[in-house]
Amino acid sequence: MDDSTKWVKHIELYVNSSTTPSQQAASVDAIAALVKNDMLTLETLVREMEIYLTTTDSIIRSRGIILLAELLSQLTLKPFSDSSLHSLIGFFTERLADWKALRGAIVGCLALLRRKIDVGIVTDIEVKAVAQSYLRNIPVQSLGQHERKLSYELMECLLDCHAGAVRDLGDELFDVICEAIDGEKDPQCLLLVFHIVESLAHLYPGPSGPLANFAEDLFEILGCYFPIHFTHPKGEDDDVKREELSRALMIAFASTPFFEPFSIPLLLEKLSSSLPSAKVESFRYISYCTAKYGPDRMAKHAQALWASVKDATYISPESTLLMDSESIGGMNFQYSDIMTQAYILLQEVIRQDGGFISLIIEDNDINIFVNFLDQYKDFDDIPVQVKQRLHAVGHILTVCAKPSVALCNKVFERFFPLLMDALGLSVAKPSESSYLDEDCFSSVKYNFGALYLCIELLAACRYLTVSLDDCTLIPDVSHQTWCTMLSSFSKSLVKAFIFLIRSNNADKTHSAYVYFGVKGLQILATFPGSFLPVSKSIYDKILVELVSIVTYDMNRTLSWTLALKALVEISLFIDKSPDSEKAASFESIVVEKIVDLTSSDYSAMPSSLKLQAAFDIGATRKVFMLRVAEGLDEAISTNLSAVNDHGNLESHELLVKLLDTYSNKIFPWFLEIGGSEEIPLSFALSIWDKIENSRSFSISPPKIGSDLLGATINAMKKAVSTCSKESQEIIINKAFGVLLSSKLFAIQEFESDSSILKAEGLKNSSCRDEWLTSLFASVVTSLRPQTSIPHGKMILQLFITNLLNGHIPSAHALGSMVNKLPLKDPGSNFSKNFSLDEALDMIFCSFIGTSCSDSTPGNEGSEIDFSSLRLHTIEIQSVKLNTINGLAWIGKGLLMRGHEKVKDITMTLLSFLTLNSNAGVSREVQDVKEVCDEDDMHQLMKCLGDAFHIIMSDSKSCLNRTYHATIRPLYKQRFFSTITPILLSLAVKSELSVRYMLYRALAHVVSNTPLTAILGEAKKLVPVLLDCLNMLSKDVLNKEIVYDILLVMSGILMNKNGQEAAADNAPGTVNQLIELTTYSHVMAIRETAIQCLVAMSELPYARIYPLRTQVLQAISKALDDPKRVVRQEAVRCRQAWSSTSSRSLQF
Amino acid sequence: MPSGLINANPTVYERQERRTRNAPADVDELAVEPIDQLEIFDILFYIKDPEHPYSLEELKVITADAIEVDDKRSHLRVTFTPTVEHCSMATVIGLCLRVKLMRCLPPRYKVDIRVEPGTHATEAAVNKQLNDKERVAAALENPNLVDMVNECLAPSFE
Repeated sequence: MDDSTKWVKHIELYVNSSTTPSQQAASVDAIAALVKNDMLTLETLVREMEIYLTTTDSIIRSRGIILLAELLSQLTLKPFSDSSLHSLIGFFTERLADWKALRGAIVGCLALLRRKIDVGIVTDIEVKAVAQSYLRNIPVQSLGQHERKLSYELMECLLDCHAGAVRDLGDELFDVICEAIDGEKDPQCLLLVFHIVESLAHLYPGPSGPLANFAEDLFEILGCYFPIHFTHPKGEDDDVKREELSRALMIAFASTPFFEPFSIPLLLEKLSSSLPSAKVESFRYISYCTAKYGPDRMAKHAQALWASVKDATYISPESTLLMDSESIGGMNFQYSDIMTQAYILLQEVIRQDGGFISLIIEDNDINIFVNFLDQYKDFDDIPVQVKQRLHAVGHILTVCAKPSVALCNKVFERFFPLLMDALGLSVAKPSESSYLDEDCFSSVKYNFGALYLCIELLAACRYLTVSLDDCTLIPDVSHQTWCTMLSSFSKSLVKAFIFLIRSNNADKTHSAYVYFGVKGLQILATFPGSFLPVSKSIYDKILVELVSIVTYDMNRTLSWTLALKALVEISLFIDKSPDSEKAASFESIVVEKIVDLTSSDYSAMPSSLKLQAAFDIGATRKVFMLRVAEGLDEAISTNLSAVNDHGNLESHELLVKLLDTYSNKIFPWFLEIGGSEEIPLSFALSIWDKIENSRSFSISPPKIGSDLLGATINAMKKAVSTCSKESQEIIINKAFGVLLSSKLFAIQEFESDSSILKAEGLKNSSCRDEWLTSLFASVVTSLRPQTSIPHGKMILQLFITNLLNGHIPSAHALGSMVNKLPLKDPGSNFSKNFSLDEALDMIFCSFIGTSCSDSTPGNEGSEIDFSSLRLHTIEIQSVKLNTINGLAWIGKGLLMRGHEKVKDITMTLLSFLTLNSNAGVSREVQDVKEVCDEDDMHQLMKCLGDAFHIIMSDSKSCLNRTYHATIRPLYKQRFFSTITPILLSLAVKSELSVRYMLYRALAHVVSNTPLTAILGEAKKLVPVLLDCLNMLSKDVLNKEIVYDILLVMSGILMNKNGQEAAADNAPGTVNQLIELTTYSHVMAIRETAIQCLVAMSELPYARIYPLRTQVLQAISKALDDPKRVVRQEAVRCRQAWSSTSSRSLQF
Repeated sequence: MPSGLINANPTVYERQERRTRNAPADVDELAVEPIDQLEIFDILFYIKDPEHPYSLEELKVITADAIEVDDKRSHLRVTFTPTVEHCSMATVIGLCLRVKLMRCLPPRYKVDIRVEPGTHATEAAVNKQLNDKERVAAALENPNLVDMVNECLAPSFE
């Protein structure tokens, strides 16, 4: 049979030891596929293989057995009959004794033992036979690494998957396992070994089992590995991590309580090791073991455990004071790993065994420490070591008090009275009603230690109540000892905290007292509602005190910020655990007061602080923010009228700040929490209302007016951009209504008459008109693309007119409109919605001589409508500049959405730019040349060049993501690749002055294009960029452009492909860069030029060697540069270049 | 060269915390930043000792205070302290300092390098050797010496 010969050939291939591993693997796959698809039965196969399985040649035999085993591991999903399974497992069991062919036998056993029940599994009796054969025949430690690993895997499989079958092997199993794992050193095998021990522990959990007897032997082997430490850190077994091994060993340690008498003493002993990692590991292991062994077994070690924890945390703490801790009470410590693990252990022990606490609270050292806290009055007098101890004691007590009410009681009973005593507090008598009674403060002592511990205890019991509060079953804590103690002292505690905050004169030594005073108040105010000791009157007192700090104490920055932060925390807490009573009093005491602050003229407080406080408090809850916004709105109203009617300068400043708060904080906040747009909407509408209602709107000094207008425009844009489509439509309609009602809409006449030049300019328009158009433009700028614009034509006309009068926001609005207008009219019956094509028609009519409809794409005949320029010369200048700017913004809008008309605009700009040199200029152009003098012409050309800057650069004020611009991916790259060839070819043809302007345009395009696009064109660009640098660097005013090009150059030079392009132009590049190293106007240019030279030194040797002298001479001048940074770069550059040739020191 | 080290066990000091320059917020393009003591020290401190893998700063061979600069008159004086009195490496250290300064300072500077008075057995001879143009030039013709100097200066560009 053809098939049979084929697969027999595969077998031969595999057994043949001269074939490659990949061929062998292919053979196994081929045979397995045959068996899987029932083309070949297992019986036939085995029968055919008989000779290989039984031959006396041990090499061929082992290959044969491995082949069979490999096949079986591939066939784990193929059902086998019981009889074939039986004979196979019998065969492999027997083969375990054949040490020359052991690997195949183990693999085969593994494959069969791992089968799932639905494809037929081996019986328990067979498993037991395998196990017995294993125990009898495999000398694990004398095998090689791979075989050892396999045999551990087999043992693991026996223990995990067939526990029932091997359980009664008992002592024999232990004997063999102990022998097998003793002295294992390979990390991968060790992972298995640790797991085997763990499985053994699961197999024999009872005290009567063999594990109890063998625990000591087994642990003797295991214990040697602790702590895990690699002597050869960079071995080939990098795949097994130390952490992984250490974790496996830890689980093995904790697998059975029978290890306890051996493991805990070992671990405790290792704690005294000098190796920090050993200490960390020991603490980690003990914590884990404690959790697994249970409290009964650990009880006898309690003393030793406490001693070791105390040693690590209290006696010789390894913590460092954090640098920035001054502002947060000076007690912020960073623990070492050892301390962290020690605290974790303490926590675990306390959680397991409540009795442990008596060790701590009876501890002599701690008690003495607490009793002698009062020797340090001043925070700065306390030595760092004592601070460390104080911190440790605080942490230990916190850990003790946190887990349960009973523990908390014990800690409180022991320490709370001591601390109260140390602070000089007594139980407040109920008769005392006045809080600020001076004589009750006289008893408060400055005792930082006591204060600190007291705050830590309060924090711990607050944590406890909050965690109890989270449970569904709320136990009654009010009768617990700690609770009654705290409630009896709460009044005097509050008094003491207030006293500490107020008493000092903001000097540095007291900052710690202030910090902990405020923290104490905050903790007391954030106990959950169900908790009694802090009554409502105390709560109110705390709020009043904190608010009064915020209101009156702004000169003490620290306490001011802390108090504000505390209020924010308190408010957030109310939000988390709702408590209507407290929420109400918070609102009436804090929020009302803060809102009052912003709207009132209370002048002692700087307005920026007022606004910060208002925003911070408001940001905690939406209700508060709405309330705050209401207050701010009022404030804007009053101040706006103050500015408008009385020319009040202070109000003006405040107004600008208010508007900035809106645009920088409140709108982003609402955007972040999402959903709510009532505030932006009502803000925008109310601004329009205000404009509408104040007929005579004038803000006297123009500087102030423009400041204010800028802030308002900004706020308006932010407000509109956060709104949804519907709200935006409300706003734009409102705005349009206001606009319509003003006399500005004399413009309506224009609807029939497209000649915009008859329009009166904005120049002599009133302040109110300017506000109206600017705000309207800002609304249009930030609309969403979906929002429909009413009376599009009129609006467009208005903007075009204003633009020609030099109104930049109108240009932004025009750019945004062409960017977002729909391509085709969506509903033709809805005549108000007009489409992009119509808009472009109008724009092209106004700016460019041709109409959109008859200009075919690529038609170069579109020309500027110079009829607009036939006014008297002064006006020409400004009108032309404005037209060009406007065109640039419109071009940007079109470019970003990827519209092809952008080509028309750029061609127009370019044709204007090159009109000087064009021989066949039209008559109109000649006219222009006649009326313009040289200077005007120059300025105009410059403006044309810079138009490309507007088109390519990212703008913050419009056409970006925030203002919902339509942005096509890679639009910059696309523009770059179309415009650069045109610019280059024009530049070649034109005369010097024009080329200068073309280079300016090119520089703007190139410096705004992503570097990857430029690198592709580097070969062509490098010479041009050098020319650019050469020309532009002659004028100081171009310094920013020069810097931008230089950055592009350095980008090219840093890149592999770019370097090739630079190598072709090496002499020119070097010359130009050398020239720039003396560019006296900008340090950054000199620095970058030298960096570029450094990069040049890596070009091919033959290219740069002739340039070496030149560079070194230039650099030796740069060594005397007035700026240090440049000198440093020069040194680097000199080193780089002199090492390219020889070690000569001539230069 | 002697087979053993001249100072087999030098005292290594901890590196001093560097005086940091606070960069002005807005750069005044025309303001001149004169070359000062700290700048010179920044150039010199990480020169490696010829014998040990420590920098001259760590061995306190040079300190910031031992550098006197007068930028207006283009004059610089560096005073260094050999670790032991009979240190034959003093000339090599001095040569390293000179080469490094030649590479980093503008040519207008006149550089004086000398041994701290009373710290070296043949102080006068060393000083004379280090400030003799001809002898420095001659020393730099010697490839062994140049290699040694370059090795000491090497880490500064890593």
